[in-house]
Amino acid sequence: MSLCMLGPTRQCVLGRAASSNTVQFYLANTIMFRNTYDSDNTVFSPQGRLHQVEYALEAVKQGSAAVGLRSKTHAVLLALKRSTGELASYQQKMIRIDDHVGIAIAGLTSDARVLSNFMRQQAMSSRMVFNRPIPVNRLVSTIADKAQVNTQEYGRRPYGVGFLVIGQDHTGPHLYEFSPSGTSFEYYAISIGARSQSAKTYLEKHYEEFAESSLEDLIRHGLHALRETLQQDKELTINNTSIGILGPKGEHEKGVTSEGSFRILEGEPIDVYLKTMEPKVTAESASAPAPSSGDEDVQMAE
Amino acid sequence: MGMPPTPYTPDPRRSQAWIPFNTRSEQPIVTGTSVLALTYKDGIMLAGDNLASYGSLACSAPRLSVTIPSYTIFGASGNMSDFQYLQHDLDNLIIQEEVTAQDGHQLGPKQIHKYLSQVFYARRSKMDSLWKSVLGGGFKDGKRFLLFVDLLSVTYTVLTLATCYGVYIAQPLLRKAFEGSEVRKIKEDWLHVLFYRDPRSTNQYQITTISAAGPTISPSLKLETEWSFAESIRGYGPQTQ
Amino acid sequence: MTSIGTGYDLSASTYSPDGRIFQVEYANKAVENSGTAIGLRVKDGIVLAVEKLVHSKLLVPGANRRIQTIDRHIGLATSGLLADGRHLANLARHEASNFREQYRAPPTVKNLAERIGQYVQVYTLYSSVRPFGISTIIGSVDKDGPGLFVIEPSGVFYGYHGAAVGKGRQLAKNELEKLKLPELTTREAVFEAARIIYLVHDDAKEKEFELEMSWIGDETNGRHVPVPKDLLDEAEQKAKEALENFE
Repeated sequence: MSLCMLGPTRQCVLGRAASSNTVQFYLANTIMFRNTYDSDNTVFSPQGRLHQVEYALEAVKQGSAAVGLRSKTHAVLLALKRSTGELASYQQKMIRIDDHVGIAIAGLTSDARVLSNFMRQQAMSSRMVFNRPIPVNRLVSTIADKAQVNTQEYGRRPYGVGFLVIGQDHTGPHLYEFSPSGTSFEYYAISIGARSQSAKTYLEKHYEEFAESSLEDLIRHGLHALRETLQQDKELTINNTSIGILGPKGEHEKGVTSEGSFRILEGEPIDVYLKTMEPKVTAESASAPAPSSGDEDVQMAE
Repeated sequence: MGMPPTPYTPDPRRSQAWIPFNTRSEQPIVTGTSVLALTYKDGIMLAGDNLASYGSLACSAPRLSVTIPSYTIFGASGNMSDFQYLQHDLDNLIIQEEVTAQDGHQLGPKQIHKYLSQVFYARRSKMDSLWKSVLGGGFKDGKRFLLFVDLLSVTYTVLTLATCYGVYIAQPLLRKAFEGSEVRKIKEDWLHVLFYRDPRSTNQYQITTISAAGPTISPSLKLETEWSFAESIRGYGPQTQ
Repeated sequence: MTSIGTGYDLSASTYSPDGRIFQVEYANKAVENSGTAIGLRVKDGIVLAVEKLVHSKLLVPGANRRIQTIDRHIGLATSGLLADGRHLANLARHEASNFREQYRAPPTVKNLAERIGQYVQVYTLYSSVRPFGISTIIGSVDKDGPGLFVIEPSGVFYGYHGAAVGKGRQLAKNELEKLKLPELTTREAVFEAARIIYLVHDDAKEKEFELEMSWIGDETNGRHVPVPKDLLDEAEQKAKEALENFE
């Protein structure tokens, strides 16, 4: 295991299969690669991997989790906010880009601000030039293309932030994930950030129900998924949870535009949704295996 | 910003050297005359003759265009080279925005209208206007839309439109005839009226329409005209009195 | 791997003593580990097909397309780093648009392959950039008829009747060589392409995959468009049957 952490996979497999002498040889070698192929984003490893990009993906996992899911009518984002202490406010995890687009972030907040400002500019220019809300897939692609450059040129680092982007257009609501490797994918439901694999496991189990879900059910599923990413003694509260919604007015909502513009719920208004959560089955969660370290998709290499 | 104002020095190469900025395209060169447009039950119809005039020197050129694979048709009066430039620009735009994106998001007539108004405004702000008026129309999502943009970037949308000489001669007829009647016949009547009066027009014309079924563009057609009455008009032909 | 630990393999601007540029070779490794992409140049058209590996079942099927359109009549498929593929496709679109601006005519695919090749080659010259981790198949029907080219991470490009890049390229090439490509119609080529992608996909080792195909030919009016749903389904069906008979 420790060997795996140190070096490229193929070396690791060889090393494990060979005698202890060989293991040491590979161990020495892997330590050396580590210091040669991973400090620069303009260098391919002998396996054709980009370690700096993979490390940037790790930066996303340092941030608290965000979950996104969609039905035929709605798309929602849910995020866990951290606070540095009793006297500090909670971080901002969601940003409105335009009436029809909103994002949740995980990773370096300052990188997120740069990219979200860029997204806002793109959205405004689409309205200015074409009198049209920007198609969401294109908006996500533009930041992905921007991020790709940072994986190929010297003197830059890849962005250290991942986005979940929800948006709607004439084909309905959409959910995308943007990652620092310069890729974007459309999902039915997805999560990013710390311990997001646990949320993903929940989503994979339930995603087939989402298409026909009501807004309230969708949020409940989202909260259940987000809860999976919490540390043992923590729970979701009105203070540490943000909910972003796109789509027609829900049962508990007031003052939503007829287009169902993006809105962020925080504090008191989300209490009603937290109360719909079903208690966690503790026995099951206790016996569930901890997510392994190699669980995240390395999307740069597909 | 931050730059001291440059003291004014006359440009000796210019006849009107006192103009403190460059002026370009001060007049149209090869021109096309009226285009007529109206909304009808199923969509939009445009008509215009096929004449490009270099002063009184005439040559045949189409002045109506369909943007493919989009939902918009347009025609233009004024500088013909600017019309051809615009055709090319819109073609590039469609490739960029629709063909290569291939994501189902297509530009409707309203989007094209906004785009054109931005292009025209940018050019007139550089004192380098696209010297022309564009009439266009489209049909998307069950809605028809008629558009107008001109060299000053004036934009509006109404039910009937005309440019050039047509504004004075055809537009009043357009409005009167707008209730009922068969649209194609109306168009031909207007073209007749215009052709009789506008010396920079020709009797070869085209008609283009757009509706739920998509755009169509006619081949070059010919107006049947009758000139015998002209003999009794003073000033016609070689007469001097 | 004599390259590792020598210090000659850390930059695209460094030769090894035996005259190799290891960074370019490593870039090829990125391609070799990715989903297969193939291109067929036949009598009256072009077919492109990719084996799109699906890394999560939460992905929306059919979205996240891998074959891209460069101009009305030009398609491009890549194998390797996804984001690099988008970068190069955008570059190709620019080139195509510039060509139209200059010559008021649609670009030929040979022209475009040449420009892309030059661009990719520049990324093998400097230590300040890394080479592209992709092999690109670009195909079109233009004034010269059907054309198909492959651009490697080194910047070299060749024309092909049948091309394959990515993980399953060797097997795919064997299959392509068995076909009489210049005699096939584009429609027939769709079925062959589907069969080959299904054949080279390694069920045992790989995640699930989605077959994505596009074509250019008389049936598409010379446009590069995705293969229509019903034809794609039929081709997939036939491919699965062929696979069962094969095994």
